[in-house]
Amino acid sequence: MKPFRTHRGRVAPLDRVNVDTDQIIPKQFLKRIERTGFGQFLFYDWRFDASGKKKNEGFVLDEPRYQGASILVAGRNFGCGSSREHAVWALADFGFRAVISSSFADIFANNSTKNGFLTVCLKEGEAAELMRRSGELEDYRLSIDLEQCEVRDDQGFRAKFPVDEFVRHCLLNGLDDIGLTLQHEAEIAAYEALHPPPAALQSAR
Amino acid sequence: MPAKRTLFEKIWEAHLVAQPSGRSPIVYIDLHLVHEVTSPQAFDGLRAAGRKVRQPVRTVATVDHNIPTEPRGTPITDLIAAKQISALQANCKEFGVLLFDMDSPEQGIVHVIGPELGLTRPGMTIVCGDSHTSTHGAFGALAFGIGTSEVEHVLATQCLAQQTPKTMKIDVRGRLAEGVTAKDLALGIIGQIGTDGATGHVIEYAGEAVRALSMEGRMTLCNMSIEAGARAGMVAPDEITFAYVKGKRFAPRDGAWEKAIECWRSLPTDEGASFDKVVEIDAAQLCPFVTWGTNPGMVAPVTGRVPDVGSLKESDRRSTELALQYMGLEPGKRIEDIGIDRVFIGSCTNSRLEDLRAAARVAKGHHVSSKVRAMVVPGSQTVKRAAEQEGLHRVFLDAGFEWRESGCSMCLGMNPDILQPGERCASTSNRNFEGRQGRGGRTHLVSPMMAAAAAIAGHFTDIRNWKFQ
Repeated sequence: MKPFRTHRGRVAPLDRVNVDTDQIIPKQFLKRIERTGFGQFLFYDWRFDASGKKKNEGFVLDEPRYQGASILVAGRNFGCGSSREHAVWALADFGFRAVISSSFADIFANNSTKNGFLTVCLKEGEAAELMRRSGELEDYRLSIDLEQCEVRDDQGFRAKFPVDEFVRHCLLNGLDDIGLTLQHEAEIAAYEALHPPPAALQSAR
Repeated sequence: MPAKRTLFEKIWEAHLVAQPSGRSPIVYIDLHLVHEVTSPQAFDGLRAAGRKVRQPVRTVATVDHNIPTEPRGTPITDLIAAKQISALQANCKEFGVLLFDMDSPEQGIVHVIGPELGLTRPGMTIVCGDSHTSTHGAFGALAFGIGTSEVEHVLATQCLAQQTPKTMKIDVRGRLAEGVTAKDLALGIIGQIGTDGATGHVIEYAGEAVRALSMEGRMTLCNMSIEAGARAGMVAPDEITFAYVKGKRFAPRDGAWEKAIECWRSLPTDEGASFDKVVEIDAAQLCPFVTWGTNPGMVAPVTGRVPDVGSLKESDRRSTELALQYMGLEPGKRIEDIGIDRVFIGSCTNSRLEDLRAAARVAKGHHVSSKVRAMVVPGSQTVKRAAEQEGLHRVFLDAGFEWRESGCSMCLGMNPDILQPGERCASTSNRNFEGRQGRGGRTHLVSPMMAAAAAIAGHFTDIRNWKFQ
């Protein structure tokens, strides 16, 4: 996994609450069997019309001033709904390294940590302030510092964000958590010796 | 004296493999359910790392999300879907995983077949790469959805490193009235606490109304837990649970059954155990609900109206406006005046035998409105056979409903069953997100009885006034 230590980048605002994973990556793109190539389909139904042409009214990520954005600021409960990890893959493949919001759905947040992708949870007022600044200021940039658990801009904004200590450790070092769990092979084997699977399942194959 | 523990805490503690300091606890997974959409990348990951499936015997797969619901012999015309299905077949073969394939008499939606095969039992930890895994919590199991990286993790280790969730009790006082179902209870709860009201929590549903629910009803209720943001939903096991599990294909038998029951009886939350959060719901206040917006918390009584945007507080105004714009509804419109084009009875929420019986009772002797196309999609082949033995398919076909093969179908529209842009659907599924059932499609979530009644009336109608024939 790609480590996440600090990141500085352009910020794009997505001023909607309850952005669900069906919007982040619509179901017609879930049939691919790879982890790559999902970025082109990010927020597809909001960005493109039914024939695949970019919509005239324009989606925020397609505005010239947000090109190359790598940090998304969104309303509360970001990533709700389906467990599809494709949502994180699409955001990362599009070029994002982090999403900032006042709250995240559990599975989305969990999936993010497995992909070196950061969900930054700020207080509602702080997230709203970043939404305002990224909407009003040209080329608005933020630094996200996972070592200090802090978000900063060049205009004096500073906010701390909470992150689970183990998740932080894995992200900072880009650790593969399957490998970490397998360090406990002896304990897993001991547990399995005490809890064998039911006989009916064993005889079914 | 030992500490008072909740149902969740008892299961969690019994499955802790290791608690490394400064790290998330490692939890053992008893059953891993696998389907075609969220697993191919996980199996690829195993191959790339040279790993095996650690416990093929605790891993069970089926195809449900993608597959057509036309008669089974019909070739799959969606080539990308066909590729995903054949990838699962190949992966199951290579890694020795039991697969209930397209042609299996036990194929069905993963959250329908787990319980009906007796794979789902009280006290277990169950995961699947699907958010509606919360369904299995109806048995007093800890069941939750995971992403593809965690699917790979469980395949490789049979464990997950998980932060300990918080606990929430939803205490439903009193009894549900006639015509008010488990689906209405779920929608009523989400309407009250919001789509993120239970984020970070495992819900335990308790109270008289919950105890009175059948297993099917409990599954509907637990299924929708994720729509309130919960990690999982659970109901304590009781005699209703045991009666359902007994005799199922993979259920324990004879002496093993007696032993299992004894263990399951110790699972319910101890008197006096505490929860991080408690919510009380008055069952008498609940009625048949219809969602009007683009998330399951945007819900109104069938006798109510679409909200008037002006009356809302500022923070809710914009999301309501966006939702009403997408749904093509004017503020203040009466719910019963909303006409529909399509009806979908199915999904892991409401496609079990009891759901189909309830819908058929409504449909009997009536005919689907000439403006409406209505389909019934049984949750599994087992449900389909049982329904046909009772003649339910006859009732539906005579009333002008389509009777189809089992699968996820129009709940998420990954197969050819989709809404056309602008079409309005009364659906027994779980999500009314934009485009969920087809791009531009407009979904209203309701109970199976309410869906059947809407199909016949051509608009939403209060099932409590229905003329049953």
